[in-house]
Amino acid sequence: MGKRVGMEVAIASAEAAALCKFDVAAVYPITPQSHVAEHLSDIVNDGRVDASFITVESEHSALSAAIGAAGTGARVVTATSSQGLIYMSEVLPIASAMRLPIVMLIANRAISGPINIWNDHSDIMPMRDTGWISFFAENGQEVVDMTIQAFKVGEDRRVMLPVNMNMDGFQLTHMVEPIIMPDQEEVDRFLPPYVPYAALHPDNIVSMGTLGLPEIYAEAQKSKDVALVNSIKVVKEVWKEWEKQFGRKYETIQSYRTEDADVALVTMGSMGETAEIAVDELRKQGVKAGLLKIKLWRPFPFDDLKKAVQGIRVLAVTDRAISFGGPGGPVCSEIRSALYDEPKRPEIVNFIIGLGGRDVQVENFMDIVRRAAKGKLSEPYEIYGVRG
Amino acid sequence: MTEKKWPETWQEVNPGCMVFRPGSASEYHTGSWRAKRPIWENEKCIKCGVCYIYCPEGCVTETADGFFEANLDYCKGCGICAHECWPAAIKMVNEED
Amino acid sequence: MNTAMMKNPKSIVENFDLYAPKLVSKEEFFVGGHRACQGCGESLAIRLMCKALGKDTVITNATGCMEVISSLYPTTAWNLPWIHVAFPNAAAVGSGVEAGLTALRRKGKIADRRIKSVAIGGDGGTMDIGFQALSGAMERGHDMLYVCFDNEAYMNTGIQRSSGTPFLASTTTAPAGKKIPGNQVWKKNLAEIMVSHNLPYVATATPSYPIDFMNKVKKARRVKGPSYIHCFVTCPTGWRSTSETCIKLGRLALETGIFPIYEVENGVYKLTVEIPEKRRPVEDYLKLQGRFRHLTPDQIKVIQARVDLEFKKLMNKVEHSVSWV
Repeated sequence: MGKRVGMEVAIASAEAAALCKFDVAAVYPITPQSHVAEHLSDIVNDGRVDASFITVESEHSALSAAIGAAGTGARVVTATSSQGLIYMSEVLPIASAMRLPIVMLIANRAISGPINIWNDHSDIMPMRDTGWISFFAENGQEVVDMTIQAFKVGEDRRVMLPVNMNMDGFQLTHMVEPIIMPDQEEVDRFLPPYVPYAALHPDNIVSMGTLGLPEIYAEAQKSKDVALVNSIKVVKEVWKEWEKQFGRKYETIQSYRTEDADVALVTMGSMGETAEIAVDELRKQGVKAGLLKIKLWRPFPFDDLKKAVQGIRVLAVTDRAISFGGPGGPVCSEIRSALYDEPKRPEIVNFIIGLGGRDVQVENFMDIVRRAAKGKLSEPYEIYGVRG
Repeated sequence: MTEKKWPETWQEVNPGCMVFRPGSASEYHTGSWRAKRPIWENEKCIKCGVCYIYCPEGCVTETADGFFEANLDYCKGCGICAHECWPAAIKMVNEED
Repeated sequence: MNTAMMKNPKSIVENFDLYAPKLVSKEEFFVGGHRACQGCGESLAIRLMCKALGKDTVITNATGCMEVISSLYPTTAWNLPWIHVAFPNAAAVGSGVEAGLTALRRKGKIADRRIKSVAIGGDGGTMDIGFQALSGAMERGHDMLYVCFDNEAYMNTGIQRSSGTPFLASTTTAPAGKKIPGNQVWKKNLAEIMVSHNLPYVATATPSYPIDFMNKVKKARRVKGPSYIHCFVTCPTGWRSTSETCIKLGRLALETGIFPIYEVENGVYKLTVEIPEKRRPVEDYLKLQGRFRHLTPDQIKVIQARVDLEFKKLMNKVEHSVSWV
């Protein structure tokens, strides 16, 4: 039943991909993803997984090579971060449009400029509309579990979409955490061998990546959108199966002490754990605080969100990125529009926190809850702790 | 795998716009673009096949008796075959003629 | 028509392998119905390349004319497995195709036979925006062939200048203006850059010499490693030339020395199509094309001098290069 290990999370993510017996890895190194790249190549060069590791010359080529390999019917993993993800941006929507279930491990990091190698979500947010399924892991265990789940969800015939698994750079990637690493036999039972819908081979000729005229383009986009929207059913199915086999439960939005909550924090990624402690502290002080942790960012779990916010008076939504010149943080704007049509909806305040690796401590979350309890901010959103 | 030639609805568009009918571009006839068409004078033809090899459409084919002809469904009338035929066995004539 | 052939029919047999076309495979892997312009040299080159490659091939196509004219959903002109992803990354995608096929074959997931990954792109997709991906894929040593179809400008988007555009040619972004007479720099020599990647096989070719081109494709296919062919193709639309002169222009490019045809096998340079002892003046080639219509006699002289110099450099390599194996 798996083995409890202490392992750096970046390395654990590569180990999880190895358990999925990928055929090809195409990875370009970038901080803080580099340990993923290095460990994947260790695994291949030590012969622990029979695979080709392509030492591409850029992230653009990393995803391009991943697409080429996935086109042949190979199980493919890639990984990146920050500028690398932005550099891939031309190819991201093509991977999903071509319906190739590539898995990408993203060590989330701020984007330039100024250049900054530390964690926030400003890399993935501009890429949210590229048609990928997006998981957000909160800790090392979730990184491992979600990496394995990602292959199963993406490869499902009802889905056939690429999946990115987001883990906060440094905050997660470089932490040594206790992780239950599933064993090979368990993963084999959970994840069947990949049978592609189509593959580039002369025995069954296919043309992939054809031209869509105006008469076709809209229908093609509709088809991709429906596939992504409907994939939530498969995500939930796969998570149920995971829970049954491995005993660890996954939900699109995980609620923490929200039953009678007056104010609830909303987090995505590793800050959920700090926020939990803040909620416990506040509860001790008699503040009815709660927490919602988003684990599935795309497709966005609109229905689950509506259920999760029942009875909550104020939502204090934290974002790790800015939509410059827009309505605030991308997570908050999603939540606002999700709840707009609800007859009874909570008041929503938006704090943008932890930009470029800025530390966010328990007291900060407690302060955010206390301020949110008073309702509206003086501005539509606040960059928390900014000097000036 | 089966697929409809022209998808009426989004449900009929193949995942990834993949095409499983190799060579199906031949359903479209480029012959309508043509202003001139090639005519072979077989008396001059030496059956070398230069017209066959130089055709960008691949529409020049060898007949049973070793001469050549163009499939006018695809011939765009570029005139390469007539220009390259060294015994001058091919000439281009106006479509209307 | 080739005037040399007219005058001396015997020379045809010697120089052109007259009846060779008859022996070429009749199987078409790139079919009629594609939407290339009349007299498109690139579509002809692709048709011939596919014949030489045969069925155990996967084509990766960069965005460009050939991708657009061949793959209007729900149809395809390809009788080979084919993938298109984007403009700058055909070499990277092709390297992934190779890695995927190799891994799947090794693991027994597909039949145990060699399928060649072949990536193709135009001069823009290869020499400019796809240059980094090409260099990376070739340097990594994948068992793949890359063929650049060089028609010397961004033809798909409307004849804009690329690094393949020749000196003084008029394009829509380097036009022959009142002050600046067209493209101001010399064409990049990509075949040389590929030789510098120490590839086992590099060649230049044109479909005007179809048997030579096809033989090179076959040779490159056999190489177990990276190989590169730079195929010079006429674009009547972009060159402002008549469609029927498509083949003739490729021939003139060789006979003037503007585009010599050679191969480099493990470092050894060899001319594969004989170039006349007395090369034709470059003017014979230039005057058939509207893109050079504005040239003055002095400008033509400058081009002639440069072509002479480049030719000398090449001949020096042909005479002195040695094999590294």
